[in-house]
Amino acid sequence: MAVDDVSFDVEAGETLAIVGESGSGKSVTALSLMRLIPNPPGEIAAGSVMFEGRDLLKLSDAEMQAVRGDRIAMIFQEPMTSLNPSLTVGLQVGEPVRLHRGATWKAALEKAGEMLARVRIPDAKARAEAYPHQFSGGMRQRAMIAMALACQPKLIIADEPTTALDVTVQSQILSLLKELTRETGAALILITHDLGVVARYADRVSVMYAGRVVETGTAQDIYKRPQHPYTMGLMACVPRLDQVLGRRLVPIDGQPPDLTRMPPGCAFAPRCRFVTDRCNAERPTLEEVGNGHMKACFVDAHAESAVHADA
Amino acid sequence: MPMPSLRSTPMPDATPLLVVEDLKVHFPVMSGAVLQRQVASVKAVDGVSFTLNRGETLGLVGESGCGKSTTGLAILRMLDITGGRIVFDGEDITGHGRTQMQPIRKRMQMVYQDPFGSLNPRMKVVDLIAEPMIVHNLLPSAKARADRARELLALVGLRPDMADRYIHEFSGGQRQRIGVARALSMEPELLICDEPVSALDVSIQAQIVNLFQDLQQQLGLTYIFVAHDLAVVRHISDRIAVMYLGRIVEIADRETLYKRPQHPYTQALLAAVPIPDPEIEAMRPQIAVTGEVPSALRPPPGCRFHTRCPRVVDRCKTDEPALRSLGGGQMVSCHLV
Repeated sequence: MAVDDVSFDVEAGETLAIVGESGSGKSVTALSLMRLIPNPPGEIAAGSVMFEGRDLLKLSDAEMQAVRGDRIAMIFQEPMTSLNPSLTVGLQVGEPVRLHRGATWKAALEKAGEMLARVRIPDAKARAEAYPHQFSGGMRQRAMIAMALACQPKLIIADEPTTALDVTVQSQILSLLKELTRETGAALILITHDLGVVARYADRVSVMYAGRVVETGTAQDIYKRPQHPYTMGLMACVPRLDQVLGRRLVPIDGQPPDLTRMPPGCAFAPRCRFVTDRCNAERPTLEEVGNGHMKACFVDAHAESAVHADA
Repeated sequence: MPMPSLRSTPMPDATPLLVVEDLKVHFPVMSGAVLQRQVASVKAVDGVSFTLNRGETLGLVGESGCGKSTTGLAILRMLDITGGRIVFDGEDITGHGRTQMQPIRKRMQMVYQDPFGSLNPRMKVVDLIAEPMIVHNLLPSAKARADRARELLALVGLRPDMADRYIHEFSGGQRQRIGVARALSMEPELLICDEPVSALDVSIQAQIVNLFQDLQQQLGLTYIFVAHDLAVVRHISDRIAVMYLGRIVEIADRETLYKRPQHPYTQALLAAVPIPDPEIEAMRPQIAVTGEVPSALRPPPGCRFHTRCPRVVDRCKTDEPALRSLGGGQMVSCHLV
């Protein structure tokens, strides 16, 4: 079970970040929203995805096809593998407009030129004739964004969109994405492992661990008052540019569990500093701790760490 | 208590462990179907100089293609050097051949980004760690080598009884520990770590970063730490060299570099790294650098950063700035500083 009982919501114009380490199920969650999990072996066993009043999981394949790339668009980590190397960039950016809006190729290509200009590709009209290999990594990701935004989707899912890019290019691309979603009022789901990126760009955050959401809340709350021991651990183990020098990092001991052999209780229990007997026996569910801030944990980690500090 | 090293702690020595002078590594670009001729060259490293003291950690940072990994490989003489000098512990090794390098290579070892790609999956961990000892005739008996391998496993935080397993049975972080143990089997003085934590999840990354720091304290190691993550590099390094298109644009101790960066590229690079705190992020000034790193095949004339620099003036487009000292160990190559 790669993803188990994951719930979240995202409003128009809002950026929700899904944070987690490899194997936490963040990408599988995104692919499920788009119904892109290959079946077999994968299966969405239960749940619902409500989008603009409809349950996406109940749509026929043809209906889903009409949603994908039109109302919901996805941006992947590696633009080179998601772009077709044998077609010009313009053709690929224009394709959704032709497919979903019934535009002629001429009109679609025109729209592609316009979109490439909007993602600030210099000399966009001429560059639309180029092939993906003639683009740099950053330009390819810009082209992917142009393609995703071509039909003015209401929801954009970006799965590690800048992980393969250099840091100066990363900030260009994410600022652009943020600006364009703000302009069009689209919601953005940003999937990332980078806590810095989340702090800079997200309004709300869901932290995933071993296929479940363990904590969710506004970015302010999550960073200021993390409630789940895993979130607290993550915050303590990343070195920060503004941190006092000479302090030792506090790693989270151990490793994430094997998803095929999940512990019966809380998945984080084997690595948790605050573990109790109950954590090993029973699985905690998400519960509100105030102001829409939710955590899946039995322990009041803050009270516990105060006790530890006193002792 | 297992002995941490066969050799006693090195005597304090004032001569630098490593001096790199005007290092150049160019790769020829060949063309032609049958009769190949060189049509151009990729200047991966083009005039890099620095000094590394014993027990120190030098961070090499920069974006992809800046030559940071190539610099590391060239120091180990795993690449042909086009120009410049490499002096290790007072000995000029620039022109050393295979046999001359043999005793030197023991003293400088590499830790790679992907331990799974660099460790043979068909060998047991004990043999993986012992193999370099056979190559370099370090311990004569197989028993002694196996014992030493187990000691090294304990040293890097693994259980000695894991020695009989294969590499696929370990997680990413454990594999990196094995990679480190293998590098340490030679009792090197210098460890060149090429993106050693980049492939690891953040919770595991912290474990390995701490391991590097502990080993340095215990064994008096000297590190060159090549990485693109500026926060990690700041955390672990004493001094940091920022590279751009085959050259060092700024070098300083970590405090100075992060508090008073002088080169526009260093400033842009630091500003681009987000800090995991939404309140701080909301107040940080954004420095806009446009575009991407140009091709190393045709680096721009003058200052190599001028095509992306927010403060570019005419002179930058024609004159290449030299690396100048600003005092206090800080060196910058920029006309405007």
